[in-house]
Amino acid sequence: MVGVETEFTPLASLAGGVLIGLSAVLLMVFQGRILGATGILSGLMSGDVPGDKSWRAAMMVGMIAGPLLVLALTGQMPVVEVPISLPMILIGGFIVGIGVTFGSGCTSGHGVCGIARLSPRSIVATLTFMVVAFLTVYIIRHVIGV
Amino acid sequence: MRILSALLVGLVFGVGIAISGMINPAKVLNFFDVAGTWDPSLIFVMGGALVTTFIGYRVVLKRPGPIVEAEFKLPTNTVIDARLIGGSAVFGLGWGIAGFCPGAAIPALGSGKPDVLAFVAALLAGIWVARAIQTKQAERKVTA
Repeated sequence: MVGVETEFTPLASLAGGVLIGLSAVLLMVFQGRILGATGILSGLMSGDVPGDKSWRAAMMVGMIAGPLLVLALTGQMPVVEVPISLPMILIGGFIVGIGVTFGSGCTSGHGVCGIARLSPRSIVATLTFMVVAFLTVYIIRHVIGV
Repeated sequence: MRILSALLVGLVFGVGIAISGMINPAKVLNFFDVAGTWDPSLIFVMGGALVTTFIGYRVVLKRPGPIVEAEFKLPTNTVIDARLIGGSAVFGLGWGIAGFCPGAAIPALGSGKPDVLAFVAALLAGIWVARAIQTKQAERKVTA
């Protein structure tokens, strides 16, 4: 498949990246934790510590409100385009869920917080999922060609 | 305080994901498509996030502790094993298929698109199944 071009946005992407980093730093300031989306989700699903779920739920609400705040401030909803079929979305989502659980983290936890702490585990994890993602897209788009 | 600060952290994160373009799977997949419609924007997302966190952590971790908890709770596991590498590889496969990682999909729910809801439902199912497998494995280790 030939992908559909997306606009190169270095400034917006840099600014967004700085905000993502800022949120990770803020969570360390307040709660002394690293920020990982995988941890937030799996903490919400497990029933161990009471009171532990409420702050995770609050963080989810904040995350979901993020694009709505952008909409309120700029008058434009950020573009969310999923250029694949529904079965592929479901397969992809399920595989991501399996992978991040066994790999103990994803782009936020390993890729941002872990690398910022120079954790060898996170550096290995991030290199692994980035390389596999590059290979996967190459194979899907240019070898299989769907 | 814990809930309010978590809400604020989530909001800053969600705005960051939204304006960075990480929220858009078409853009993320194009970042991985070096041989095709390559969009290098995500290098700037990772760069901005990493530099900010790297510097910020060094400042914050000099403090005696966080504000709402007694102490910093940093991951202590240092083992690089097949589970870490295999799990990360599987995640990379799913990320390459769908273009969403968990931290981008959650804010994307705010767009109200059914595709995002489908992804997150499948993501939760995957986490649930993986946790069930891990619990079984742990039980087997105890009885063995």
